Amino acid sequence: MAIYFSQREIVVPGQLLAKGPYKLGSNVYNIGQNIYSSVVGLAELKNNVINVIALKSTYIPSPGDLVIGKIINVGVTSWQVDIASPYTAILQASDAFIKPIDVTKESLRKYFDVGDYIIAKVLAFDKTRDPLLTVKEAGCGRIEKGTVVEINPSKVPRLIGRKGSMISLIKNELGVEVVVGKNGRVWVYSKDKRAEEIAVRIIKCIEREAHISGLTNRIKRMLEEVKKGE
Amino acid sequence: MNSSRIPIRKEERPPRLIDDEGRRVDGRLPDELRPIKIEVGVLKNANGSAYVELGRNKIIAAVYGPKELHPKHLALPDRAVLYCRYHMVPFSVMERKSPAPSRREIELSKVIREALEPALFLEYFPRTEIDLFIEVLQADGGTRTAGITAASVALADAGIPMRDLVAAVAVGKVEGRIVLDLCDIEDKYGEGDMPVAMMPNLGQITLLQADGVYSPEEIKEALKLAMKGIMKIYEVQKEALKRKYIELKREVEEDYGKK
Repeated sequence: MAIYFSQREIVVPGQLLAKGPYKLGSNVYNIGQNIYSSVVGLAELKNNVINVIALKSTYIPSPGDLVIGKIINVGVTSWQVDIASPYTAILQASDAFIKPIDVTKESLRKYFDVGDYIIAKVLAFDKTRDPLLTVKEAGCGRIEKGTVVEINPSKVPRLIGRKGSMISLIKNELGVEVVVGKNGRVWVYSKDKRAEEIAVRIIKCIEREAHISGLTNRIKRMLEEVKKGE
Repeated sequence: MNSSRIPIRKEERPPRLIDDEGRRVDGRLPDELRPIKIEVGVLKNANGSAYVELGRNKIIAAVYGPKELHPKHLALPDRAVLYCRYHMVPFSVMERKSPAPSRREIELSKVIREALEPALFLEYFPRTEIDLFIEVLQADGGTRTAGITAASVALADAGIPMRDLVAAVAVGKVEGRIVLDLCDIEDKYGEGDMPVAMMPNLGQITLLQADGVYSPEEIKEALKLAMKGIMKIYEVQKEALKRKYIELKREVEEDYGKK
């Protein structure tokens, strides 16, 4: 049993993190008892689990994830959706409407057209076939107003914060609506255009500084300054 | 009229490649690397990038992906495809090089790809593609190894899961002696060149080429020397990857402290 890093130390791929019967968290791999990092990130040891928080990552869909997608193609019975991932998602007409529609009579373009942003949930994905989406659930559907910002998916947990603390801070202080997609796309809306712009700026700031400790304090101070300025 | 034209500079073979004191053409000792500098995240549009200077070599590496692969029939069902392009810009050498990929560049692209593939967890991203571009801006011997060094840093910067970084260096034989990190003149007029790439933490060799004639003892000595050079390069790679984060951290903390 030995640990070769200090808590939240920056590590690189191939760096030996520990020797012994530790549990493997994310972004680590083992050869026998040796545990190595597989990405550039911050190493952590919590309850005997060794974890590396990646600084950058790629979004890989997982069933149940809430994502924000962009329609890139409309077919006869389905849409193709870009979900900021190497895998293009499919939204079947049957997963879009509660009442079935007659595709021989109407075009799907009436509902979602190319370029539209949608909030959707991942139904199924196993890397052998393209992910399937659904918009039947509550809160899903086309985005008609507001702004969509894109951040790296590795920063999404920071934007949400512990038990949603960061996101509710932004929502309450600025009076904006925010939906964070697991794929790193974030929808922001407020009647007040200025509040919307500030929220976007703060989200971009969280993306830049996500992995530097004291983030919540810095964001709190930013929000205070914005309020003073009003 | 001709006198106004600048003649093309040609490097000629110096009378001695190693002098009596054991110094090489550029003043280095046989086991000495050229000065090396690595910078991470130099390109805004790429997912990951790196710039390497090794002596007079100047190389940029860019990584895009993993992304959807087109045309789709080229996709592999169980892992990502690593597409690698090694290329020298026309002004990278003294006499203009045609910008079209030459036989040599196509072969080096393949060799570099095979040197990097063992380090990557390509199986995490089936049916996708990772693009890797290596552009040599200025060449002075050992560009394939410096290219591998740059590429592995760019891949790590892109956040692609890796077993280990890959560091590479050439060793060779010059006037009967085994030397580290050949420069262009030593490569051209020496007796042999042996590029080596390794995963330093795992102690595994991913690329080993050689031209020239070596005795078994010389091979052993050359590999030992290469490993020594690789460990030094690896430290610079590691430092460069960490530096990007540490600098941002310092900047953010200073800004916060000022207010």
